[in-house]
Amino acid sequence: MKQLVNALLAIMLTAFALMYLGSWMNSNEGYSGENTLTIYNWGDYIEPELLEEFEAETGITVIYQTFDSNEAMLTKVEQGGTTFDVVIPSDYAIAKMKEEKLLVPLDSAKIPNLSNIDPRFMDLSFDPGNLYSVPYFWGTVGIIYNPDMTQGIDFTSWDSLWDKRLNNSIFLVDGAREVMGMALNSLHYSVNDQNEEHLQEALTKLNKLSPNVKAIVGDEIKMLLANEEAAVGIVWSGDASEIMSENDKLEYVVPEEGSNKWFDNMVIPRTAANVEGAHQFINFMLRPEIAAKNAEYVGYSTPNIEALKLLPSEVSEDTRFYPPAEITDRLEVYDNLGKRMLAHYNELFLKFKMNKK
Amino acid sequence: MNNKGKSYYLIPYYLWIALFVVAPVLLIIYYSLFDLDGHLTLNNYLNFFTPVYLKMTLNSFWYAFLITVFSLLIAYPAAYLLTRTKHKQLWLLLIILPTWINLLLKTYAFIGIFGTFGPVNTFLDLLGIGEQQILFTGFSFVFVSVYIFIPFMILPIYSALEELNLSLLDAARDLGASSWTTFRRVIFPLTISGVRSGCMAVFIPALSLFMITRLIAGSRVITLGTAIEQHFLVTQDWGMGSTVAVFLIAIMALFMILWGGSRKGVRHEK
Repeated sequence: MKQLVNALLAIMLTAFALMYLGSWMNSNEGYSGENTLTIYNWGDYIEPELLEEFEAETGITVIYQTFDSNEAMLTKVEQGGTTFDVVIPSDYAIAKMKEEKLLVPLDSAKIPNLSNIDPRFMDLSFDPGNLYSVPYFWGTVGIIYNPDMTQGIDFTSWDSLWDKRLNNSIFLVDGAREVMGMALNSLHYSVNDQNEEHLQEALTKLNKLSPNVKAIVGDEIKMLLANEEAAVGIVWSGDASEIMSENDKLEYVVPEEGSNKWFDNMVIPRTAANVEGAHQFINFMLRPEIAAKNAEYVGYSTPNIEALKLLPSEVSEDTRFYPPAEITDRLEVYDNLGKRMLAHYNELFLKFKMNKK
Repeated sequence: MNNKGKSYYLIPYYLWIALFVVAPVLLIIYYSLFDLDGHLTLNNYLNFFTPVYLKMTLNSFWYAFLITVFSLLIAYPAAYLLTRTKHKQLWLLLIILPTWINLLLKTYAFIGIFGTFGPVNTFLDLLGIGEQQILFTGFSFVFVSVYIFIPFMILPIYSALEELNLSLLDAARDLGASSWTTFRRVIFPLTISGVRSGCMAVFIPALSLFMITRLIAGSRVITLGTAIEQHFLVTQDWGMGSTVAVFLIAIMALFMILWGGSRKGVRHEK
């Protein structure tokens, strides 16, 4: 009996200790008073020196946390245990957060540097009028290929991927929107198409691509392509620039039929405790010299037109990563399709994956 | 102390089971009854009986079966030899050691080993066989999984073999049994409990493997585990994800019952 009581006591004590530790950690990591600012960003997606510079300039202490997927970020912000002040989600996630009323409208008077952003990247479908978000980085989805291994195939069209010579030599990224979007684009439909006939047509076309697909992988795609495990990959432009900095033989192209353009924007979630500081931070990041420094470190495309002027010309004139307006106009942002349609896209993608062998 | 007093000791255990086993299973069943819009429905279950999920279930079973069979084929002789070696503890430690290394790390290492320019292909090239595609095949998936699961198969078989009364073997020989007959009629039946728990320790986790399917098999192998991961993380269709999980739990429970039942069968035979 005594041992039983002891065991029960031990369990209770552990539970309480864990609870206390949990709340202590929460209050610690999420504590955003007058003088702290909690930033929630993708991993390795900011020049760390800039955070120190911001701290020195404003006297605000920055608490910096990272996430690895929009879904993980959404769950944590929704649950609200931590008071994040600035979050940097992608386009469709912003639409979702807006819908769920998780965002605070921005006070544009406090962000004068907003005028540095290229008007091409403002007022997009996921946030008309930029009431809630400010562009941080942007990019495209395209084909990365190794000219040594592709026998001179011209990749300016998505259809080139169906070339018989590419048997077993394409890596696809494990994302339903990206792969379905590519198939829809190759049929000259929109990446946001919801017409059932068009979607079935896309699936049929994808199934014909199967013999050429070597594997459908996640983040490893960067390492695999840099190691020349396969000749061709469908990737985001940001990943492409990372791969190309490791293996300069590779080339990146955005096919002519169209593709996706994506954005990671800065937003202020409703849970923010230091809204004033959040505005200060957003304005700070939009300064031309700061944005340029950040773009140089991260290697993604900056939407900041003044910052672009400060970057070396071999970067700013690289049309692979800074395509001209006539191309970006043809690219589409992923709309928030809603749960039902997104599930349908995933179901079709799953069918394609099951069919492959 | 009487029996009644002893049963009090089980209370913490029951509490634990209720909180961390029964409650989560009930929650999964509860979630499986809702569709994307939060309406109560049985459609998720109907959806499971479509070709996509049935094929996936068969796939999972086939690969889990292969993984278990190959693990057993390698683990049984290994465990047997282990009981005959001098430095048992050292060998045992060497077998357990790899389980201390993170699963993801080991898997990543295999991407390099099996890659087009990896050591295996270099070796095949040297032999004149030439480069083969090893990564992103069913073979590599089974190989890596077997590598990961083997310690869990060896340990229970080893302890069963350790408990084996050696004089029984002498008796068998004295009575004129060949070494094959001794193995078949004496050693194997007496260690079947170790084989059974080893198979369970491998088959059940193998059914729900998900990360290796993408890293090593390049999504050529799609298991029920992959589907659950996708539904919870990407589609956020918790209902369908839970439904797949419910089936997985039901199937595993069925296997445990069948395996548990067959033990009695063996005993009655004797």
